Amino acid sequence: MILSLFRRVKLQVGIFGLLGCLLGIFMVASPGTFLSPRIYISFMSTIPFTAMLALSLTLLVIAGELDLSFPSVMAIAGLTFSDIFLSTQNAPLAMVTALFVGGLAGWINGLLVVKVGVPSIIATIGTQFFWRGLSVLLASGLARNIVPVRETLLHHVFVGRIGGLIPAQILWCISLAAGLSLILNRHVFGDHVLFIGDDIRTARLMGINTDRVRILLFVLMGTVSALASVMVCLEMANWWPTQGEGYMLLVFASIFIGGTSVFGGEGTVFGTLIGAAIIGIIEAGIISAGLSGFWTRLVHGFIIVASVSVYATVFKTGR
Amino acid sequence: MGKGYHNAGSVSPLLRLQKISKSFNGVTALESVSLDLFPGEILGLVGDNGAGKSTLIKVLSGVHAPDTGQLIIGNHQIDFKTYDVCQARRLGIETVFQDCSLGEKQPLWRNIFVGRPVSTRLGFIRVREQKRATLKILHNHVGLQGIGISADAPVRHLSGGERQGLAIGRAMYFDAGVVILDEPTTALSLKEVDKVLTFISRIVCQNKSCIYISHNMSHVYRVAHRIVIMDRGKIVGEYCKSDLSLEELGSKLMGIHACAYGGH
Repeated sequence: MILSLFRRVKLQVGIFGLLGCLLGIFMVASPGTFLSPRIYISFMSTIPFTAMLALSLTLLVIAGELDLSFPSVMAIAGLTFSDIFLSTQNAPLAMVTALFVGGLAGWINGLLVVKVGVPSIIATIGTQFFWRGLSVLLASGLARNIVPVRETLLHHVFVGRIGGLIPAQILWCISLAAGLSLILNRHVFGDHVLFIGDDIRTARLMGINTDRVRILLFVLMGTVSALASVMVCLEMANWWPTQGEGYMLLVFASIFIGGTSVFGGEGTVFGTLIGAAIIGIIEAGIISAGLSGFWTRLVHGFIIVASVSVYATVFKTGR
Repeated sequence: MGKGYHNAGSVSPLLRLQKISKSFNGVTALESVSLDLFPGEILGLVGDNGAGKSTLIKVLSGVHAPDTGQLIIGNHQIDFKTYDVCQARRLGIETVFQDCSLGEKQPLWRNIFVGRPVSTRLGFIRVREQKRATLKILHNHVGLQGIGISADAPVRHLSGGERQGLAIGRAMYFDAGVVILDEPTTALSLKEVDKVLTFISRIVCQNKSCIYISHNMSHVYRVAHRIVIMDRGKIVGEYCKSDLSLEELGSKLMGIHACAYGGH
């Protein structure tokens, strides 16, 4: 009834309110920084990478699965991109190959979970070591400098500054969010994802091809990880062996601040997007308020614990 | 089998199982089970836990393929290599699994169409159409109108009886020729049992048939026309309701139980 609609909307309004509060606090604490547009342009260049990873992982979490391997999938895809670009100077080819490698890594995760039957948390811990190890081995532990990539069309399309101002990645990120939101809420595929996360036995008995849907979700996650990685490489004009590692916890924090249930079956794309924004602005807010950067983690931790506690008590999302 | 029922011979069966056997990792679940279902009848399938009732309906509904045996639905000889839940539904077999037919957190309008949403050619769901159909089902089959239940409410807001009503209403909406119910009255209050049994009697009004599985004999006896007793993977008895009182049915079941376990 209206109550359930209200409940859904309330959760999203709540997350949005939290973002508003934080921005308000930061504006009061450091008006010079947070009342000028420059900081927001900077956010638009950094937050999309976390957000894109979190968005596609949200669908996987709603289906009741996890993927811990995406930081390493980023590394192998980024290395693929960099090395192919360096040897051929062909950026689109390098990008397509990187996306393929990412999709392949996701497909392997999917097979391990769906066909072999390894729980996803365990399977993807394994593949996360594997892909990181392979990347470091292939790169001999060395970074790649790909500065010439800045001159390519690909750079302008994916991470260029539109009108010399707006980072292109924010548009890609918003497009991805809109697309995934449409798929989750209005497409048959999203319907299957929701029922698989709700109760996989029911989904199976009701004729949903749970294997195919879950494998596709892992492939999507791998491909989006590769896309994010290529965009990071383009933005930085660099690949480094630990690329992606920093995103792991930020991505999960974004998803759970966004109100997606770890038990599967419910979650919102919008919530994750706002969650990523909240996580993304905290560091700048703390530093511009004159506090030491050491506060960042502590505040992250506080906000994560506080928001998931609110969900558990107000929305009874416990088991 | 089938000789005990007055329809046999004069009316062709809707559904015919012949010598179905199935084992799981060497454990026999079904042993040469043959069964006919006739139009307009409610067939009660009773037996203790582990008698093979659930395996039998999972074969019927396309969840498990049997090791040997045949299934004929209408005039279709079923090929078990391609037979699945979706094909069973296309042939008019709808199954209401115990505890396993509805997604708790999902709204009613998704649950009615789970596994087969109404969609455009690109796969986008026609939400308004699904919601309209859902309200119709709530109104016609579940009797939930007017108490503030909307198509957007999640299933977890419904009582056990309402859930069974919803699942049965869904089967009726898709115009199933055969509705299979697996323990629909387990864990319901007495009042709700009455309601669900009324839903079940209503199914056969339009020459549809129903297979009603339960280990509660008295519930089965109230609505079934014919009762089949299973024990350890086999059909061990088949009775017309008119030939058997509830007490006799009870003593038959107890007798089987005594035979099976009394000697040890």
